[in-house]
Amino acid sequence: MFRNQYDTDVTTWSPAGRLFQVEYAMEAVKQGSAAIGLRSKTHVVLGCVNKANSELSSHQKKIFKVDDHIGVAIAGLTADGRVLSRYMRNECINYSFTYESPLPVGRLVVQLADKAQVCTQRSWKRPYGVGLLVAGLDESGAHLYYNCPSGNYFEYQAFAIGSRSQAAKTYLERRFESFRDASRDDLVKDALMAIRETLQGETLKSSVCTVAVVGVGEPFHILDQGTVQQMIDAFEIVAEQEGPAAEPDTDAGQEASAEPEPEQGAAAGEGVAPMDI
Amino acid sequence: MNFMASKQPENSLLSPESDSQRTLYPYVTGTSVVALKYKDGILMAADMGGSYGSTLRYKSVERMKPIGKHSLLGASGEISDFQEILRYLDELILYDNMWDDGNSLGPKEVHNYLTRVMYNRRNKFNPLWNSLVLGGLKNGQKYLGTVSMIGVNFEDNHVATGFGNHLARPILRQEWHENLSFEDGVRLLEKCMRVLLYRDRSAVNKLQIAKITEDGVTISQPYSLKTYWEFSAFENPAQGAIGSW
Repeated sequence: MFRNQYDTDVTTWSPAGRLFQVEYAMEAVKQGSAAIGLRSKTHVVLGCVNKANSELSSHQKKIFKVDDHIGVAIAGLTADGRVLSRYMRNECINYSFTYESPLPVGRLVVQLADKAQVCTQRSWKRPYGVGLLVAGLDESGAHLYYNCPSGNYFEYQAFAIGSRSQAAKTYLERRFESFRDASRDDLVKDALMAIRETLQGETLKSSVCTVAVVGVGEPFHILDQGTVQQMIDAFEIVAEQEGPAAEPDTDAGQEASAEPEPEQGAAAGEGVAPMDI
Repeated sequence: MNFMASKQPENSLLSPESDSQRTLYPYVTGTSVVALKYKDGILMAADMGGSYGSTLRYKSVERMKPIGKHSLLGASGEISDFQEILRYLDELILYDNMWDDGNSLGPKEVHNYLTRVMYNRRNKFNPLWNSLVLGGLKNGQKYLGTVSMIGVNFEDNHVATGFGNHLARPILRQEWHENLSFEDGVRLLEKCMRVLLYRDRSAVNKLQIAKITEDGVTISQPYSLKTYWEFSAFENPAQGAIGSW
């Protein structure tokens, strides 16, 4: 995108019918470190990459618990994300107090989207520079939504936002059909694999990422570093084997499915666990 | 009448003028409401009387109304306050429907909303002079609760308001059990209503029974209970009485 004469304030349309300030806000989301989300029928998993400014500082908090049944992962201006999380927590707690019932996540995202829209139509405001992946449970099951700075929201089976999210999206696109009926642990494993895609070469360690889960009978919580590292270790060895197999997978369709199998059989003989993902 | 010039502003709670701003006593009142959980949902009974003090003035007052898709509200106490509550709930359900998503307010949510309204009014010393019974079911889960004019609320398998608490609930405690059939439930409610008819001076012999199930709300047409007044103890009651009373 380049500078033009229609991008000074959010209340100016371009002749092509675009609001450049809103689009620039979406750019801010793309610059933030990656956040991913995926869901099954009963669980939703959120994951994000922890980026610290320097080795001396701690990393920013990007996953927030909003209520027992709702959590959010953000990418972009984390300050804006923090403010919106506070708004979401407030809405949930007020609803719970009045109705003694959890706020349906579908209603929360609409309220959030309407709040974002206001900032696209006031000359004295600016759009929120943060994208939110909202994970929640309501009567109709598990949901994952993405809220844009533009005020739009979409429901997803799986999604990734932030820098190098395209790599994660590609991975998720390949695998999303299996998510609906996946077990909770498989879902977490898939989330970690998707995060690994965004790291592009960097080793996946629990210190580099944060994972959170919400599900039926499981209130929203962030997994502790120990658990995450154990899950990474469990599939890292197997994943190394998938590496060489992955290349023929993308080139040849059916032939590839035959190729990894003999490799696994040989590996099992050497005392390594067969791939179960 | 205020003979002395009041130095208080009109809206101060200390000056007598402010008393007209808050509810002091009810005028047109309904008497007991009785309700119980049965196999398929909730059954609720209330008579159709609206008393004006000791006069049984209005005899076709509907004291039970459906709320949304999942709830039934019965009220005793000031009828105009009940109508006001119906207006609040109508707005609540309207906004709930306007979301146009798969979610809807169930009986638990409506009950808690009413509790908040009643309690907040009580705190302002301007109560809605009602005792409410809220019953319903959503996704197969039955719910039955009550809220009083001071905000006391609870749920139970059977609830009643006013005189019903003293006359009907003991009967229900003895004879209610899980998974009552519709006929047994109605019979039990009629037993309670008959006792109330005999013993509550504000009761009228014209009642409705409402039921709510997964299929929706049905409020029966008004009907009357058979009563028996030929007990020999009631014949010639003054005979043998001492004095001119």
